[in-house]
Amino acid sequence: MSDDVHARIAEAVKAADVLLFMKGTPLFPQCGFSSRAIAILDHLGVEYATVDVLQDQAIRQGIKSYSDWPTIPQLYVKGEFVGGSDIMMEMYETGELGELMAEKGVAAA
Amino acid sequence: MPMQAEEIETMIRQAIPDAVVEITDLAGDGDHYAARVVSESFRGLPRVRQHQRVYAALDGRMGGVLHALQLTTATPD
Repeated sequence: MSDDVHARIAEAVKAADVLLFMKGTPLFPQCGFSSRAIAILDHLGVEYATVDVLQDQAIRQGIKSYSDWPTIPQLYVKGEFVGGSDIMMEMYETGELGELMAEKGVAAA
Repeated sequence: MPMQAEEIETMIRQAIPDAVVEITDLAGDGDHYAARVVSESFRGLPRVRQHQRVYAALDGRMGGVLHALQLTTATPD
């Protein structure tokens, strides 16, 4: 995997406080796990940006090595990798994800 | 070819010997599983690291032949 792709990912991660790498778009998620991740972010009411990995094969592969994480979706908050949809769901249910967003000073949508 | 539940459990236990592994076949199709992995060795690790250890145990199969594994990790009470 080229450093170029990792550099592009690093830039994207830096540019948005909350960034979700997903399959499809928030309106038309192309996978149940991505859909669940969007539902959680919408419930939290935070501003977020998304990257549709289906539109970019290099990112689709590169994000896996960048995060050392084999699946999509992947959530980044203020440049820090939080996890995939299972971790998002678990943290949402315990209230930790909302706390994390508040702690990091993420803007409301 | 999908993975068998026993194969998933064996791979996890090989990498994390003290792990208590519960596998549920969610859809009954041998392709969508839930796994709960409890290990003392997870203590003090952030969730992301705990999950990464399980994915590492599965040696590249996660996201490949293993499409859907809903993962929960925990430390013993």
